[in-house]
Amino acid sequence: MNQHTPDMKGFSRRRFLQGVIGGTGLSVITPSSFAKDPGKTSFANTPSVLVDVTRCIGCRACMRACKNANELPDNTDLSEGFPISWEHQELRFDQWTVVNPSTGANANGDAVTRNIKSQCMHCLEPTCVSVCPVGALTKSELGPILYNADRCIGCRYCIMACPFDIPKYEWHSGLSPVVGKCQFCTRNRLSQGRLPACVESCPTGALKFGRRDSLLFEAKARIDSYPDRYINHIYGEKEAGGTAWLYMSDVPFENLGFKSSVETSPMPPLTWDVLSKIPIVAAAMAGLFGTLAWSLNRQEQSE
Amino acid sequence: MIGWIFIVVCTLSLIGISLCVVYDKRPRFLRHVTAITILCIWAAALWTLIRRFSEGLGAVAGVNDLAPWGLWIGADVFAGVALAAGGFVIAATVHIFRIERFKPILRPTVLTAFLGYVLVAVALFIDIGRPLSWWHPLVMWQGHSIMFEVTWCVVLYSTVLAIEISPVVLERLGLTRLLRLVKATTIPVVIAGVILSTMHQSSLGSLYLIVPGKLYPLWYSPLLPVFFLISAVAAGMCVVIVESFFSAKILKRGLESSLMAALGKAASFILFLYLLIKFSDLAASGAWDLLYERNLQSNMFLLEMLGGVALPAILLSFQRIRNREKFLLSASLLVMAGIVLNRINVSWIGMSVHDQLNYYPTWMEIALSLGFITAGTIIFFLAVHYLPVFPKTEEEPPEAISAGSKTGLMPA
Ligand code: SF4
Ligand code: SF4
Repeated sequence: MNQHTPDMKGFSRRRFLQGVIGGTGLSVITPSSFAKDPGKTSFANTPSVLVDVTRCIGCRACMRACKNANELPDNTDLSEGFPISWEHQELRFDQWTVVNPSTGANANGDAVTRNIKSQCMHCLEPTCVSVCPVGALTKSELGPILYNADRCIGCRYCIMACPFDIPKYEWHSGLSPVVGKCQFCTRNRLSQGRLPACVESCPTGALKFGRRDSLLFEAKARIDSYPDRYINHIYGEKEAGGTAWLYMSDVPFENLGFKSSVETSPMPPLTWDVLSKIPIVAAAMAGLFGTLAWSLNRQEQSE
Repeated sequence: MIGWIFIVVCTLSLIGISLCVVYDKRPRFLRHVTAITILCIWAAALWTLIRRFSEGLGAVAGVNDLAPWGLWIGADVFAGVALAAGGFVIAATVHIFRIERFKPILRPTVLTAFLGYVLVAVALFIDIGRPLSWWHPLVMWQGHSIMFEVTWCVVLYSTVLAIEISPVVLERLGLTRLLRLVKATTIPVVIAGVILSTMHQSSLGSLYLIVPGKLYPLWYSPLLPVFFLISAVAAGMCVVIVESFFSAKILKRGLESSLMAALGKAASFILFLYLLIKFSDLAASGAWDLLYERNLQSNMFLLEMLGGVALPAILLSFQRIRNREKFLLSASLLVMAGIVLNRINVSWIGMSVHDQLNYYPTWMEIALSLGFITAGTIIFFLAVHYLPVFPKTEEEPPEAISAGSKTGLMPA
């Protein structure tokens, strides 16, 4: 937890990885610990990825890399080798990232096509973690949101609640279905000092890994240097209170099918504000009804 | 297709049977029709269960990644819990507010609530993906989750209901010592039940606070927990009316008409209160304009509000209507339909991803739900038959039981 303190400004990849290997980095924090101290500064060094939509050529190398790195079944045409088919792909419990072409109007009103990579956004204040009744979804100490099937009861609240509709479910398993979503390669690669598989596989530099504040800085610098080339909106900077995955584009995001209805404030307080009042209300009710029942009872007995 | 025809036939048959009971018509074949209908429904439900546990939810239900909660959650759990709210309302009326004249209907109401919660628990067990891990929320705490809180409340409140109904069994078995012990704890237990009910009835609404971007603004509101709680109280009262009516018919006993009328009046007040808050909230949030848009959501909303809330609220506000059994029954049924519609609207019609409905129930989902309803009804009448649920009345003739069995709803 104290790794989130601002003195981590000198965050370097080596130090981050030392922390991870040292074991502390993989221990999880509960939502309560980060709700108590939401200190926004601690989000600055969250491992993040900047996606430059204008640089993505849609080769889907990242999709295959993800499947290989996470031992997900290559049950799609992706196994056929390069180049692959261009059928539309959906996220599934065993397909954690997809790239699909999306056509929308750019700032001049011309219809253009861009390739959009989707995966879990790894929210700084994740909705899924706050709604899960058993803590099967957790925010690891360094940031990525991890899923633990051993705890999951399969209630699917995370799927219903995620503002980006990311977690997917294994609908055809009788007794032990799992929820599937991008794990940011935390256990299998980050902890061994390697980049996320998708980032490593990207041939064009459309995906860039780094700490969140430097990526935001870089994105803003790119927008400043090429104001004609980029729209002035970094998707993920504010959405759902901020996410680790950040997108920049030359086409307004809502035209490319990004969810524009996502609130810009963190979601968990929406329920926590109510939940946290319950003990007081319950205590008040106990007092009220207790007194009422007791006094009415006495009145009856004295009559 | 065949499945849907089956569902329609079964539903029509169930409605027909109920109408026969309402109008005291007992054609000779009624018993056989009832038995056949119920057995068919149970066979279909069993088939659904087998496939659910072997091939997964996706094989039997319309739920999918964009609409992960279907009818079993919306109707069986949300509506089921709301309809069982009569249990805490009547218990509080009798034991906390000391309005003792409601005592005769306390036991049947608590029994209904208890059976309702048992069925809700079974429905949840079937619907969660990893049913064998159902106990995880009890040991793996995650206090920031509404779902966690709801699980705990439902488990605890089911226990409370079991304690509240236990005197019925203890009396029957003649365990007077234990009976006295249970009776001594009545008031604290009832208070605990009221608190737990308030908490989880409202929290079922809070589950949806997290999806402002997905739930249609006609239903989404920061007041969702309040709406869920208030509507459940009104619906719970109307269930008591309906349940008393049918018990009176089937068991050939008198109906506590004045109590029923009083309940109707109270329900009417609560429904008006609900309307008032609901529409002020709409006006304040600006969602009011959406009422003029003629789309599925606004039509369903108006149907729910006018047919399931406003109409019965007005009907029940007239004493002349309240005093006529069949009118009272119809108005109460409207309220019940209204709350079921509301929970379905929130969990299905109002929830959209990519601006479209992503879920359509399958006939198997409906078959299992019908299975729950019929099983609950039959267990209720079995319990009433064997246990001292209703107060003993002198005029209860011994033929009452054989008359009841003629409907086929009771064993001979
Ligand atoms: S994008 Fe969805 S699944 Fe990913 S962290 Fe955010 S809420 Fe959780
Ligand atoms: S489906 Fe599993 S991971 Fe998702 S909220 Fe429910 S218990 Fe948590």
